Amino acid sequence: MIINHPLLGPRDSSEFTYLGDASLIDRPDWQAENAAEAFYEYGYLRDNPAGKHQELWFHEAGDRSWLVVTRDTTTHEISKVELARDLARARGRSK
Amino acid sequence: MTQNNRLSGGQIDRNTTVNFRFDNRSYTAHPGDTLASALLANDVRLVGRSFKYHRPRGLLTAGSEEPNGIVELRTGNRQEPNTRATTIEMFEGLEAQSQNRWPSLKFDALGVNDLFSNFLSAGFYYKTFMWPAAFWEKVYEPIIRRAAGLGSLSMEADPDEYDKGFRHCDLLIIGAGPSGLMAALTAGRAGADVILADEDFQFGGRLNSETLSVGDQSASDWAAQAVAELSTMPNVRLMARTTVIGAFDHGIYGAVERTGDHLPTLPAGKPRQILWRIYTKKALLCAGATERPIAFENNDRPGIMMASALRTYANRFAVTASQRVAIFTNNDDGHRTAADLHAKGVHICAVIDVREDAPVNYDYEVLSGAQVVNTKGRLGLTFVEVALPDGSTRTLECGALGVSGGWNPNVHLTCHQRGRPVWNEDLAAFVPGSNLPVGLTVAGAANGVMSTQGALQSGMDGAVEAMELSGKLPDLPEAEDAPASQKPFWYVEGCKRAWLDQQNDVTVKDVKLSYQEGFRSVEHLKRYTTLGMATDQGKTSNISALAIMAEVAGKSIPETGTTIFRPPYTPVPISTFAGRMKGQEFHPTRLTPSHYWAKERGAVFVEVGNWLRAQWFPLPGETHWRESVDREARQTRASVGVCDCTTLGKIDVQGTDAAAFLNRVYANGFAKLAVGKTRYGLMLREDGMAMDDGTAARLAEDHFVVTTTTANAVSVYRHMEFVRQCLFPDMDVQLISTTESWAQYAVAGPNSRKLLQKIVDPDFDISNDAFPFMACGNITVCGGLRARLFRISFSGELAFEIAVPSRYGDALMRRLMTEGEEFDVVPYGTEALGVMRIEKGHAAGNELNGTTTALNLGLGKMVSKKKDSIGSILSEREALVEPDVLRMVGIKPVSSEEKITAGGHLMNSAGPVDAAHDQGYVTSAAYSPILNSSIGLGFLKDGANRMGEKMRLVSPLTDLTVEVEIVSAHFVDPEGERLRA
Repeated sequence: MIINHPLLGPRDSSEFTYLGDASLIDRPDWQAENAAEAFYEYGYLRDNPAGKHQELWFHEAGDRSWLVVTRDTTTHEISKVELARDLARARGRSK
Repeated sequence: MTQNNRLSGGQIDRNTTVNFRFDNRSYTAHPGDTLASALLANDVRLVGRSFKYHRPRGLLTAGSEEPNGIVELRTGNRQEPNTRATTIEMFEGLEAQSQNRWPSLKFDALGVNDLFSNFLSAGFYYKTFMWPAAFWEKVYEPIIRRAAGLGSLSMEADPDEYDKGFRHCDLLIIGAGPSGLMAALTAGRAGADVILADEDFQFGGRLNSETLSVGDQSASDWAAQAVAELSTMPNVRLMARTTVIGAFDHGIYGAVERTGDHLPTLPAGKPRQILWRIYTKKALLCAGATERPIAFENNDRPGIMMASALRTYANRFAVTASQRVAIFTNNDDGHRTAADLHAKGVHICAVIDVREDAPVNYDYEVLSGAQVVNTKGRLGLTFVEVALPDGSTRTLECGALGVSGGWNPNVHLTCHQRGRPVWNEDLAAFVPGSNLPVGLTVAGAANGVMSTQGALQSGMDGAVEAMELSGKLPDLPEAEDAPASQKPFWYVEGCKRAWLDQQNDVTVKDVKLSYQEGFRSVEHLKRYTTLGMATDQGKTSNISALAIMAEVAGKSIPETGTTIFRPPYTPVPISTFAGRMKGQEFHPTRLTPSHYWAKERGAVFVEVGNWLRAQWFPLPGETHWRESVDREARQTRASVGVCDCTTLGKIDVQGTDAAAFLNRVYANGFAKLAVGKTRYGLMLREDGMAMDDGTAARLAEDHFVVTTTTANAVSVYRHMEFVRQCLFPDMDVQLISTTESWAQYAVAGPNSRKLLQKIVDPDFDISNDAFPFMACGNITVCGGLRARLFRISFSGELAFEIAVPSRYGDALMRRLMTEGEEFDVVPYGTEALGVMRIEKGHAAGNELNGTTTALNLGLGKMVSKKKDSIGSILSEREALVEPDVLRMVGIKPVSSEEKITAGGHLMNSAGPVDAAHDQGYVTSAAYSPILNSSIGLGFLKDGANRMGEKMRLVSPLTDLTVEVEIVSAHFVDPEGERLRA
């Protein structure tokens, strides 16, 4: 596969390490009342879509950016590649 | 031997004669031959034995689809089983052996299987070797394996080199027949960056096999001229002997180039094969079509071949399989073979055409509406029995029979992304469907365009469409343009043993039987009968079997389904996939800064991940590793030892939020760590399990150096980047891995300070007061060399770790050894390191094994509840904090003669020994030269409250039971007085 890195252009997927569902960005609030439940869901429950899937790839043999790749799991078509950091900020993560 | 079956013409070099051997007999051939054509030229029709019944078999085809002519090529450590004689390019000195026969090809003892064929039908193995289950491994498998093997391995390492390479292009054209050549000319002249690949050593495809003309030239001359023009184009790369084996994601293709298989000896440094990864913008599949057989009684005798193969052998290689040839066909193409052979002077006994309206010919007899119903000839065809439309039969004497059942487009690569081919009624064949791999289009016969003119046109159109060309296009030469239409005819009614898959011995009857026994999906049919599962992957049999299945089911072929093809298109040697990654080159080897020094000292090395680390340093006279290791540990504890710990991961953490960041990744607190201090840190995974441990040293307000274990250096760095970029993107913190940048040595033992004081520059006071336990700082050594010093201890002794830029690592080690002579300094390896950390009760990889929590490790209090850190919430899960969870303990034998074994389990001193009564297990064990006893670390239920308890350590696998005592994990200096000295 070829991943079109937002900073570096098209790179072979063998330069990357796969982590999984991009929902891992949405780490729950540790002080929330239901924190235990929320962390359990965060850690163990994932959607497993046949189709578009947002997932985390690490450019380990490259610039060490974490990327969020939107990939169709049935065709491997990649429709979007973003810096995970940008997406995390957009989802309200900060410090 | 003379080449009795040579004809006139052909594209071989008759001016040169080469010698080759087959089954230890010598023959001659010409450059341009394949092993197959050379064997036929020398009247060798019998080339192998079939897989199951050991039936005598000859060549069926002239291409890579060959099911029968598979041989062992070359000798000694270069011997390669299962190579297809039809694709082996002739060279001087070629040696090949037939396979799957004993003692000889002409008399094969297992040919007796053929007599029992009634018992060996579809699913034989499943039915016979079913029970008792105890027989599966010890009785049945050896029997099946001995009888079954196809070819044999030399059992020696392959001495040749294989390589991998990467190429890029605008347009990859797969196959260099009429459509591929025309596409390459079109795209090449337009300036596109083109790769044209073909599995054959000669470009042209079927053009080299036909007597047709293209324009005013012969087909093969036109092909040669096209190749000549293409080879002058700098933007076109011609890759002959290159099989495109797979279509992968995003326009990436795999290809195997046989760079050395056709050479008598490989020049030094030249790889035998290269595995290419070709990145394409577009690809055009011009893979042509494969002729399919008609099944009839005893259709597998040597001499019975595809009609198109006979034509290839005659026209391209100037060879006939026999001087007397008959043709069995259901289409006009079969008649072409008869005409071409007749023109070369071969006697055509008859053309047997199943159609009532077969075309008439006045040069030889055509039997319309006739069918071949049986054949004779034990080791080679002698007679063909033909049923005529009036009900009578005729026997023809012939040495070869060409069979043509029509053509199947080579759709294989169109299926590699799960595309399914579709049935075309006019062609009675599968053609590529609509869901092709992205960027791939198909032209020529592979797309069902069967005429030469059509192939040229569709090749040009394909290139124009793929490259979006406009403007002037090449003029297409005139060529044969017969309409393509095929009426299916799969097998002759009433036959008993009519072979479909000749390599795996699957008959028409087997397919029907499989259906009757309930294996009705095509995938089940394949697995039950093994049809299409041999090395040829059923290229000449799959479609026929599917058609017969459809007939038995009373359904149409599209309703019955189709099997799709997976990579590779043809078999690829494992060595080619491995390339240079074998033996020591399997992964890169990382050497520590003190490696060459250690080698000089005669160190024994151990692989730790990619690293080579000194395991121990034997002295002259030491005969057992324990002697060396005991001495190293003892001497370190008595005076001073030095160990290279460069391999531990080092991560530089900088930024105004560096402390806040580490507070999140470590379970324990780091926010208040003073500058100039180091702290042990435990990292958890988000699920609450321990991930890694190490130290973080605060060199400045905004600068930390984190260490990780050797094994987790990469994954911890990845995890920290994840936390930084994905979870806390606004923190002002930067990470960089500096593992290789710093050479780091542990200097341990009561005299370690004295030794270091000899090299640390006088500006820096490292006395206990000025530089206490867990201190750290930037210093200089040896007169100005910048260095980092950490007062940390893994051994439990007074100890330091000193780091200098890597390039000074070797010099520093040598200096420490020289300066340490007065203290009797000893270098120690990973074994002594392990002994001392077990004595001290420090957890390492064996304990941080992914299933243990901070609580298990005795570090439960480190997990801060007052802050947000990775893993702290889930580490509180109920089951992880029950009162009797496993706790890390020390274990020692009651009798010092006995030994603790890692992996053993702890059981109560009395009661049953089984999984239900398991109390814990041992993770690490060593012999302690200080305690003169074997000792171990492990996990025990409620271990913290069971000190002094006597238990049994058992290992049922090795029948081991040892009486042990549970003790504190801190065997040496539990109060930590030494390391604070």
